[in-house]
Amino acid sequence: MTIETSTLGVLALIAIMAVVTLITRFGGVFVMSFIRINARTESFINTMASSVLIAIIVPMAVSGDAGALAALVATAAAMLAIRKPLPAIAIGLMAAASVRYLV
Amino acid sequence: MSETSYTYSFDARKARTEFFRLMPISLFVLAFGAAFGLAAIQEGLSPLQAILMSTTVFAGASQFAAVDIWGAEVSVLPLIAVVFAINSRHLLMGASLYPMLKTVPPGQRYAMLLVLTDANWAVSAQEYQAGRHNLEVIVGGGLVLWLAWIAGTALGVYFGGLLQNPKTLGLDMVLGCFLLAMALGGKKTPRVLMAWLVAGAASLAAWRWLPPNMHVVAGAIAGGLVGLFWLEPEVRARTAGEGTDDH
Repeated sequence: MTIETSTLGVLALIAIMAVVTLITRFGGVFVMSFIRINARTESFINTMASSVLIAIIVPMAVSGDAGALAALVATAAAMLAIRKPLPAIAIGLMAAASVRYLV
Repeated sequence: MSETSYTYSFDARKARTEFFRLMPISLFVLAFGAAFGLAAIQEGLSPLQAILMSTTVFAGASQFAAVDIWGAEVSVLPLIAVVFAINSRHLLMGASLYPMLKTVPPGQRYAMLLVLTDANWAVSAQEYQAGRHNLEVIVGGGLVLWLAWIAGTALGVYFGGLLQNPKTLGLDMVLGCFLLAMALGGKKTPRVLMAWLVAGAASLAAWRWLPPNMHVVAGAIAGGLVGLFWLEPEVRARTAGEGTDDH
């Protein structure tokens, strides 16, 4: 099934995207409201929460260019050293920009 | 699901503080939004259509992927599949906030989720690990990120030609660096490090061998399984003491 990108068609496509995205925003919470939360399920979702971050970042580091890798390494080092997110991010971006300028 | 005690006292003033706290990161979202606006125009969307998409969808990576498959006609099922796969991380993000969200009435709970996105979720989830309940950052932070995404898209569609390549400034790495900083700012117990190791390996394997865009969910669930079987010692003691534990 295809939709033509006429004015109405585009509106329909945007509506489809909005609804699908809304389902992902609501769905996890909706399902959880039927699940008994005990120590084990809470441990699962807490570990899962920080794993989401790692699962986003690792392929980004592996598939990215030298600048991307430099940004992540510099952010990690700065974060472990100074423990302040915003300066760490700024250092990461500067690392990416300098590596890309040099390479 | 028997809990009917909505004990969370939402602090509107704190939500306003969180709005300003996430303003620096939303400046980067503004730049990312401008890049999206430019891409959308180049793929044939009108300015208003691009802005409407950013306003109602508010999920950057999936919007880029969608305009990537744009043409004279768009196949609906592939569009749904790609948008769902990329945004399926929201399912897990929402689920991880459930212990807090169950303490607000359902109407407010789902209203908050309208502006759930990576950055405000990451802050709230990390604070929750540290024992602080912060749903205000979901609302206040989400609002500033949403407005920045819309404003950025508008900038991109009208002035995108003026935009120099954001990659040379490293701006494409903002979200990656932000999420990494959030992860490293949290607790680093042996259990968490093991979960990260498993999550990273599973994500990489899924990224390499599974269909596109499934790596985040695959990695996150793999990491979560570590937590399912490896409880923190104090939690294990509590569970053993109480038998069935339903709090």
